[in-house]
Order: sequence, then C-alpha cells, then structure tokens
Amino acid sequence: MKISLLRNPLIWLFVVFAIFPIAATAINQTYYLSFISKVMVFGIAALGLNLVLGFGGMVSLGHAAFVGVGAYAVGLCMHYGVTNGWVHFGLAIGVGALSSLLIGALCLRAGGISFIMLTLAFAQLLFFLGVGLKQYGGDDGFSFRGHSEFFSWLQLEDVRVMYWVILACLALTVLVVGRSTRSGFGLALRGVKSNEGRAQSIGLHTYRHKLAAFVLSGMFCSLSGALLANLTQFVSPSYMHFSRSAELLLMILLGGISSLLGPVVGAAAFIVLEESLGHITPHWQAPMGLAIVLIVLFARNGLIDLAMAVVVRFKRKRS
Amino acid sequence: MTTSLLLVRGLYKRYGGLVVTNNVDLDVASGEVHALIGPNGAGKTTLLGQLTGNLPNDAGKIYFDGCDITGLPTHSRARLGLGRSFQITSIFHELTVLENVMFAVQVQSGHSFRFWRPVEDSQKLVTPAMALLDRVGLADHASLTAANLSHGQHRQLEIAIALACKPKLLLLDEPMAGMGIEDSARLTKMLQAMKGSVAMLLVEHDMTAVMALADRISVLVYGQRVVTGTPAEIRAHPEVRKAYLGDGGLSS
Amino acid sequence: MIFTLGLFLIQLLNGLQFGVTLFLFTSGLTLVLGIMNFMNLGHASFYMIGAYYAVALTNWSGSFVFGVLLALPATYVTALAVEWLVFRRLYERSHLDQVLVTFGLVMFFNEVVRIIWGTAGLYFTVPDWLSGSVVLGSGALYPVYRLLIIAVGCLVALAMFLVIKYTRIGMLIRAGADKPEMVEAVGVNIRGVFRGVVALGAALAALAGALSGPLYSVESGMGDSMLILALVAITIGGVGSIRGSFFAALMIGVVDAMGRMFLPQLFAIFLSRPVADAIGPATGSMLIYLLMIVVLLARPNGLFAFRGR
Repeated sequence: MKISLLRNPLIWLFVVFAIFPIAATAINQTYYLSFISKVMVFGIAALGLNLVLGFGGMVSLGHAAFVGVGAYAVGLCMHYGVTNGWVHFGLAIGVGALSSLLIGALCLRAGGISFIMLTLAFAQLLFFLGVGLKQYGGDDGFSFRGHSEFFSWLQLEDVRVMYWVILACLALTVLVVGRSTRSGFGLALRGVKSNEGRAQSIGLHTYRHKLAAFVLSGMFCSLSGALLANLTQFVSPSYMHFSRSAELLLMILLGGISSLLGPVVGAAAFIVLEESLGHITPHWQAPMGLAIVLIVLFARNGLIDLAMAVVVRFKRKRS
Repeated sequence: MTTSLLLVRGLYKRYGGLVVTNNVDLDVASGEVHALIGPNGAGKTTLLGQLTGNLPNDAGKIYFDGCDITGLPTHSRARLGLGRSFQITSIFHELTVLENVMFAVQVQSGHSFRFWRPVEDSQKLVTPAMALLDRVGLADHASLTAANLSHGQHRQLEIAIALACKPKLLLLDEPMAGMGIEDSARLTKMLQAMKGSVAMLLVEHDMTAVMALADRISVLVYGQRVVTGTPAEIRAHPEVRKAYLGDGGLSS
Repeated sequence: MIFTLGLFLIQLLNGLQFGVTLFLFTSGLTLVLGIMNFMNLGHASFYMIGAYYAVALTNWSGSFVFGVLLALPATYVTALAVEWLVFRRLYERSHLDQVLVTFGLVMFFNEVVRIIWGTAGLYFTVPDWLSGSVVLGSGALYPVYRLLIIAVGCLVALAMFLVIKYTRIGMLIRAGADKPEMVEAVGVNIRGVFRGVVALGAALAALAGALSGPLYSVESGMGDSMLILALVAITIGGVGSIRGSFFAALMIGVVDAMGRMFLPQLFAIFLSRPVADAIGPATGSMLIYLLMIVVLLARPNGLFAFRGR
C-alpha cells in the first residue's frame, strides 16, 4: 500500500509525539515525559522480540536477557568512569549481537518445547550471573550518576532531550523492522514460520535465517536496555528475570502480534494498565493477573485487531 | 548410464525390525519421466524421503548430477536441482498465492538476505512468479491467501512452487491424489509439456497418467524394486500382476 | 571448611530431599504436559496454595499431620475449580497462550495469598515427634524430618509408577495421551480424566509445598523458583515421563546441593580466594542450567522421552 509521505498516518503520529514535549513543558506536565519515554523503551524491545515471535514463529522466553546485557554495558561503563555514549551504545549493541548470536546458535539447534526451554535456561544463566556478581550489587543491582555523553549539545539530563533521543531510536527501530519484514528476508522468515519443512525443500538454509532474525532482535533489545539504563540510572539483574521476558511477550500479544505497531501499542497498554492499577491499590498484581488471563483468553488478537473490528462495525452501520 | 541424472545404489532403511527400503537400485536419466508404482505400503514415499534427505539412510549411496549427495541436508540437495512436491499438500498457508511462488523464486535465485526493498516491488520475483501461476492456472487468484484455496487449487500451487525452484529432477509424490478428472487431465497435460526439460520421478496410483507420461516404470513391493521396464513391458509382466492382484503373495 | 565424609553424606541427603520434593512438584506438571500438551505455569500456585492451606489448617487444628493431610483435598478442589474456569479453555490453544494465561494466574494467586495472609511469610515448625536427628555413619547428625520427606517422596514415586503401568486408570491415562479422540469415541469421558489429572497433579504439588513449609518459609511466590527447576527437570527427563522426571529431579537436587557446597572450595584450590568467593555461589546456581543445556544439545528430546514431542 503506497501512501505519499505527507499522507502517511505513521509520519503524523511521530510528528505529534515529537511536539509533545514542548507542549508538556508549556503546561508543566513533564511527568508524562518520563512515562512515555519508558513506554517507548519497552516498545523498542517488544518490536525486536516480535521479529522473532510474530514473524519468525519462535517463542523465546529469554529475550529480557538481552535487555539486561545492554543495560549492564552502560552501567558497568559508568561504574568504571567511562562516560562516552558512543562507547556505551556500541558496546551494548555489540555485546547484544554477540550474545544473541551464541545463544541463538545453540538454542536453534532444537525445536519446539526444547527451544523454548533452552532460551529460558540461558536467560536464567545470565540472571544468576548478575545476581552472583556481588561487587556490582548482586541481587540489588546498582545505580549510577550521569548519562551517556554524545555531543556537548546533547544533554541527556534534560528530560526532553532524553525523550527525543528515545523517540528517534523508536523511529529507527520501526523503520528497520518494517523494512525487513516487507523485504525478501521478511518473506523468507514468514515462509519458515508457515512451513519450515517446505522452506527447506525449496532450498532455504532455514537455520541461518532464523539465527539472523534472532540476532537482529537481540540487538534491538540491547539497544532498549542501554536506553533503559540511561532513563532509570539503575541497573539490576531483575531486568533479565524470566517474568520480564513474559511481560514482553504479553505486550506483543496485547497490541497485536502480526502488525508492525502492535508491540508498541501493547507496551503502552501494558504499562498504562500497570501504573493505573498501581494507583488504585497496592495489591494491583491481583487485578493485573486477572486482566492478563481475560485478555489472552478473549481478546487474543490484541488491541489493534479489536480497534479494527470496531472501526469495521462502525463503518458498516453508517452504510 | 552416462546421462544418468540420479543414481541410487543399495539404498537401505529399517525401522527397528521392519525393513522399509530393501537394497534399492534406481536410475533416472536427464529429461526422463520415470514412474514408481507399487501397492500401498510398498515404501514409495519413504524412498522419496530418503532421496530428498528428509529421512536418514541406513546404507546405500545417492548420486545426483555427478555429486554424491548421500550425506547432504535437504536444502543443499534442493539447491543442486532436486525438487519435490508432497503427497500431503505442503504449501505456505499464511502467505498469498503469489508470495508462495515468489518465495520459491527468491530462494532459487539465492537472494533471501535482502533487508531493504519491499518484495512486491521486485520485478525479478513478481514476473517469473506470475508466469508460473499462469501456467498452473492460478493467475487470477494471485492475491488470495493460500489457505483459502480449494484442495485442487492447493495441489496446483504445490506444483507451481516445485517448478519455481527450476529443478533438474522433480520428485512428484502422488500429484494427482484427491484431484477430480478434469484437474488430473490438466495436470497430466502440463507434465507432458515439461517432458524433456525436467526429469521426473513420478510416484502415482493413477494408471492413466502413469501410462501416458512414463518413459520407464519401476515397481516397488515391500521396499524392494522388483522390475523396471517400459510401460508395455510392465503391463505384461507376471510379477507385477501378482503383486497387484495379490495371488499368494510375492516370490523372492 | 574441611571435606569430610559426614559433610558429604549430609549434602547428598539434602540433595536427595530437595530432589524428591522437586519430583513431587514436577510429576503433576510432566503428566499434564505429556498427556494434554498443556504448559501449565499455574502449577507453581498449587504448590504455594498447598503450603498455605497446610499452615492455616495446622495452626487451626493444632496437628501437623492433620494440617498437611487436609491441605491435599483442599488443593485438589481448588485445582478443579481453576481447571473448570480457566484451563479447559486453553487445551486447544498454542503453548504461547497457555504460558501467558497461566503466568497471569500465578501473578493473581501470588497477590491473593498476600491479601489473605499478609506480605510476611508464615512459619510453622516441625512437630516435636519429628524434630529429632539420626546418627549417620561417620558421626554426623541428620534430621529425621528430612529423611521422612525422602521416604514419602520415594513411596509416592513408586505408587505412581505402579498405578500408571498396571491399573486401568493408568492405561486410560496412557491411551488418552496417545489418542484422546479415540478414547472419547470409545465412550470414556476424557475431559473428566484430564480434569482429574490436573487436580491430582495439584495435590502432589501441594504435598511438596506442605512438606517443604517447615524447612523454608511459606511465602508468596515460593513456587516460582520451583517451577523453573521443574521445567528443567522435565526437559532433561523427557516430557511426559514420570521415570524421567524422577531421575532428573534427583539429579538436579544432588547437583545443586553438591555444587553450592563444594564448587567454591574447588575454585579456591585453583583461583585466589576473592575471585573464588565472587564467582563460586553464582556458578552453583548456574550449574543446573549448564547441565540442561548440555543434555538438550546431546539429546533434544530429553534422556527418557518415549516419544519425540
């Protein structure tokens, strides 16, 4: 579907989001900036994971580990006095790529439940590694002062600048994921998800393709982790816990597994739900758990699909 | 023998105590249509599986186009020109009909690591894919999701995908299975048109098609190749009659 | 710390005790996964609920045995309710959906027990008549209670094995695992059987939780770490195999106990003290996952799998 740049709703959406900080500062509502920044950071991770889940058909229970890797890259650099942002992010994405290459190469040798279990095992390994490193806070993690430094005019201390940097990263992620899924690589990936045996019969080295998707998704997750560390100025093994991986999966499902923006919408919905329930009761995990059960049972195709269904019904009523 | 595209020697496979492929020798020449017939359970699909690499061999050698492919994985054999269509339709249900064939064309051309360009813009993929769809009669359904086609149309798509790989040898596992008379006749005509340019190893029960297409026929009974010959020779062969009519089982 | 035979025996027994507890937990999970292809993370909640019921009933009745024994049917009934309300809608769905829904359930129950019984853990102690110790070969003392757990676990394992192999119910379960439609066609209420299997598994998990209660504290989320280890046990032992999960669980228990105790010592021999202290404990926990990874890469279907699922 070809739409000219000016009429593409996606572009307008990004324009709105770009202007938002200015408007927010004007009316003194900057709290929402960090909130939306957090949503966008998880949106990046969810988009990365969906490359593997929605388009590749691989259920990974361990992608939060890559988020943690990215976060620790930044945190450890700061801990040792390295403040150069290029080093931070280069290291984060580089180590993210390497770890997802190694982990993916091993996990993808198995299929089905074994694959799922292997991803979980590796995530747990990294989690316990983080917990065991007592000099970096172990279980409690550690916080640090300052942010990644890029240029003298790019001060991440300013909430608005941080917001714009994250927005730019999100835009980049959407662009890359969108392009790769519509490209030849995306077609191959969808083919493998649909019928791996047939894909092999026509000559495709399916292992290589799945691995490439796995590494790409790992890199986006580690980017997300690096941004998260900057946002919270805190790093802990909890970023890598299995429940965080499950939350990422939930975000994707909530928003819609087969759409491009679904994971971002899902991340927003999940975090909004978490926050608002948290304000209502300290026991927010009970209704949250219940909400998860109900949504997956009854609104399986996610919010985007639900919204589309509503739009379709509305259009039908009018005509 | 010098023009043998496929050379199979002593292929053997057992599942526990049951021998399913029993020392099979087989050869297919370039451009030949070699049919493989036999009663149900004779091990024809197993044999095809061993040839494509989906099933491991216990013993024996397979040579394709001069190369020893015995140890190669499925996708490598496909890249060498060994194509296959499946008995139980194996297509990409979630993709559109056009995408199904474009995928095969893309893999054949070796360009599956392109990350930027949208696939529908690539004329190098769309044009040959549409041509193939035209050949099997599915051009009008190009933008439909594959899952929504009828069974017969699935079988046609199955063939289109197999052809898109530009195979030198096409292993056809009961392509007429479940097809009506019209569709069978149409497919037979299509395969006849391909004779000479693509070699085929055809597993079929539909005797009309077999007799119309085959240059040579091999008979497989209980995993053993019993006899090979021209259609006329096979029709008259006493062993074949015995195997099909089943009077008293099989000698040897 | 000196390496003595006594220390070795104690750790071995600790490992066996934990392994047996893990087996009780895992058996229900592997049955459900093998027979119904249902990935049930909610099993962690049954373990926790069983422990809470046991504490509450023990404190109310004054008798430990009564508390533990009554916790089993209580959990059984709870599991029946959950199965009817939630699980039965999931059998046809993908593993991903099952994981997510049951994850939500775990979250829910973790909070519910906090609402009912507070955030701090509950404690109940081993009754006096079970709190003695036994002298082991080399003069070391070992708690009777832990030996009891080992005994109970082995008995249950034996009973399960006999039932599945030699009774009609066992045959029904095995047939249902293979071809549920066929069993249904023959007139058996396969849905009822499934419900029973889930509830029975829950009762076993409850037994594990109730028995563990006096050793560790009874608190929200206590089932979560067990769950992950159970998944490891199932993967190593082979999905659906009771025998497999028994041996895998014991292996995990022993490796974990021995690893935690002796790995830091081992490292201290080769590396400097501070480094050994730093990575020792971490490696202990990681050992199990390394084990699973090695097993899976060699045998993708587990060590005892009877079918390639």
